[in-house]
Amino acid sequence: MPIEIPKQKWSGAVREAVIGATPEEGGTRKKKVIVGGQTTMPFLHFEGEVPHPPVIAIEIKDRKPDDWSPLLMEVWGDVADDPGAWAKKAEENGADLLLLTLSLTDADGNPNTPERAVEAVKKVLEASGLPLMVFGPGQADLDNELIVAVSDAAKGERLVLGICEEQNYRTITATAMANDHLVSSRTAMDVNLAKQLVILIHDMGMPLDRILIDPTTGALGYGIEYGYSVMERLRLAALQGDTMTQGPMLITPGEEAWRVKESKVGEGVPEAWGDWKERAINWEVTTATALIYSGADIVIMRHPESVARVHAVIQDLMTAVEPA
Amino acid sequence: MALTGIQIYKLLPKTNCKECGFPTCLAFAMKLAAKQAELSACPYVSEEAKAKLEAASAPPIRLVTVSADGHEAKAGNEVVLYRHEKTFYNKPGLFLRVYDDMSADEIQAKAKPASEYVVEYVGIELDMAGTAIQARGGDFVAAVEAVRAVSDKPLILIADPDALDAALAKLQEIGIENDRPLICAADADNWQAMAELGKKYNVPVTVKADTLEGLADLTEKLKEAGLQDIVLDPGVRNLSDSLTMYTVLRRLAIKSLYRPLGFPIIAFPGDAEDEDKEYALATMAIAKYAGFVVLDRFTPARAYPLLVLRENIYTDPQKPIQVLPGLYEFHNPGPEDPVFVTTNFSITYFSVANEIDGSGMPAWLLIADAEGMSVLTAWAAGKFDADRIAKAVREFKVEEKVSRKRIVLPGLVAVLSGELEEELPGWEVKVGPREAVDLPSYMKNVLAAE
Ligand code: B12
Ligand code: SF4
Repeated sequence: MPIEIPKQKWSGAVREAVIGATPEEGGTRKKKVIVGGQTTMPFLHFEGEVPHPPVIAIEIKDRKPDDWSPLLMEVWGDVADDPGAWAKKAEENGADLLLLTLSLTDADGNPNTPERAVEAVKKVLEASGLPLMVFGPGQADLDNELIVAVSDAAKGERLVLGICEEQNYRTITATAMANDHLVSSRTAMDVNLAKQLVILIHDMGMPLDRILIDPTTGALGYGIEYGYSVMERLRLAALQGDTMTQGPMLITPGEEAWRVKESKVGEGVPEAWGDWKERAINWEVTTATALIYSGADIVIMRHPESVARVHAVIQDLMTAVEPA
Repeated sequence: MALTGIQIYKLLPKTNCKECGFPTCLAFAMKLAAKQAELSACPYVSEEAKAKLEAASAPPIRLVTVSADGHEAKAGNEVVLYRHEKTFYNKPGLFLRVYDDMSADEIQAKAKPASEYVVEYVGIELDMAGTAIQARGGDFVAAVEAVRAVSDKPLILIADPDALDAALAKLQEIGIENDRPLICAADADNWQAMAELGKKYNVPVTVKADTLEGLADLTEKLKEAGLQDIVLDPGVRNLSDSLTMYTVLRRLAIKSLYRPLGFPIIAFPGDAEDEDKEYALATMAIAKYAGFVVLDRFTPARAYPLLVLRENIYTDPQKPIQVLPGLYEFHNPGPEDPVFVTTNFSITYFSVANEIDGSGMPAWLLIADAEGMSVLTAWAAGKFDADRIAKAVREFKVEEKVSRKRIVLPGLVAVLSGELEEELPGWEVKVGPREAVDLPSYMKNVLAAE
């Protein structure tokens, strides 16, 4: 008795987004990254298309971070003072693209400036041919000031600029539109909020294929279950044809996983937590893979060993399988 | 899934004799459909109708329990594909596998630490479900004995029918209460012998086949032979085919109500060629529908994140895990000791409580009712403000416990300090660090120095 394989028929698709521009396209990137395009829930190749694999961005900073886990400083320590060298090393360690996050202050505590931000971006663009995303430090006024300068200076590179949030998206959206960049639209783990902000950004005239959705998440053990389900719900909505949820999803498991005690602290923790480094890497890998299972198109990560492991996961998941 | 009232009515005698206590067979059928009546109330239903009705009301995925002593690993009874639709109920048990060609010492050195492993996460104790023992040309019964000498947790036994028979007899002899292992695996060749074992020892049986049809064929045969407790091994060993087959099996059971495949799944990440792939397969098994997970490699640093992932995926999405609001004591605090305040979201509470506890210094921890939300979430939702904190101070009579009125806010809600000073006259309102990890040094260097 043959068994009928239950397949879902979807009317919608995830929108494709192109990040980075090659010289022919007016940029200087040696390759571009294309994400999205799926017509099925994650990796169910038997019922729809999965034209592009999820990609991994390695996060670097414009200067040595003050509050990163010692385990991260151990691998990046020698290059962390030079965004160019850091970018190069991240590329060598398997990044598909890069995220440069700008710091709030310089090492002496003075506010970051547009000049410094532009200089860091230029160094990164020179040192690495990977497509680039640039996020501000997360304080509205300074974000706008820094990102506008970066956007102008890198016109035509098809950067992803962030962070667009409900209280602060106009300036960044406007400058991204003017300079042919994309934006990342961030909201706090809620399907309707995610959709709402995409609508607002799109209303300003930004084409939908240049808006990435960052629904945010918590780390493993610290709220990932909310992020996981919001991503599944957004993706279901997208496949059901809701155009405002069809953007590719970008998520930050690296930042979240490396913020928690399990990854940051090696001593004075319960013995049952096991070896510090092994646990910390597993924390980032688990956070990232779970979010890939729930629909992430771009995962932003921090440790090269985690990146290699998640790459292997993605490669396996991209093998098409027919159920029988 | 469940039958409608009309479908049930068609199976009833249609005589309207009223003995069930309802005026008509139809009325009774409607009550049955609404689960407000029991079929046994009608003395006249035919055996055939009874069987159909019972089958239709069975859960789409059968609940299978593996047990020993007081421990249980349950799988099945799931009703949704995505956790936001309702919830996932029965957390997959993680089993560490040993082989019978290992020496008794090797077996015990591997099985014991895993079996005894316990890690605390937000006040919940997480552990491994038990041990899997696989034949590989050694002495299977001896291997089972070696495990039983160091662990009374549930077992999964993987061997041919003869070795299983001997091992199951040995387990009876050892006599641990409720010792009910899962045996693996019935296939097209040995299913009769496996079915006999399943019945003889009343244990669940895994069926293994590379195709859905093969699996369905085997479960039907075992059911005919009188077995109910069946587990499926679709033979997948990579991420992509695991995701595909587990998803198809779950859909067939839940959406198509296809009874021959309405059983829990067993996954074998341990078969992976390296530890990273094993780990990835385990995360897939946990997130995507496995009921039993067999691993070959155990370290605390692998088990802890996997167990936390399982906890997170299986949390009821409708209600965050919470602790009771109240005034908690650490290290016998006195009237001079500081009062910390936070919310009743479990993750928040335990992050803070563990640090205060670890500091070794006496303190009070006031938990305000923030409807189970984290500090910033609750603050953004208006559930953790000066008003609520002041209310908690009064409700839990903090002023009767302390003479030196110092209250420390989480650093993330420093903005509340002005309002709180107004709400709590006579109190000194302090702003603590943003991260709980920094609490011990704050207590030592700032509070104790005052
Ligand atoms: C999980 C989460 C949710 C979950 C809720 C989980 C829950 N039960 O609380 C959901 C999805 C439901 C949610 C909803 C909302 N959220 Co929310 N959410 C988060 C998220 C991702 C993680 C929060 C978390 O669990 N942290 C872990 C816990 C342990 O942290 P914590 O409670 O702060 O405790 C730490 C410290 O504060 C400190 N600490 C705690 N207590 C104390 C006490 C003392 C004395 C000291 C010294 C220290 C201390 O120790 C802990 C560990 O270091 C954050 C973003 C992020 N990544 O942080 C956003 C976030 C908190 N959410 C936010 C918002 C705006 C909301 C919503 C209002 C928006 C919406 N989605 O509708 C709603 C509100 C809820 C409602 N109306 O019902 C914003 C808040 C912005 C702001 N600054 O005000 C955040 C920061 C996201 C963002 N960047 O925009 N959220
Ligand atoms: S007892 Fe049975 S036959 Fe009689 S009315 Fe009720 S359902 Fe109908």
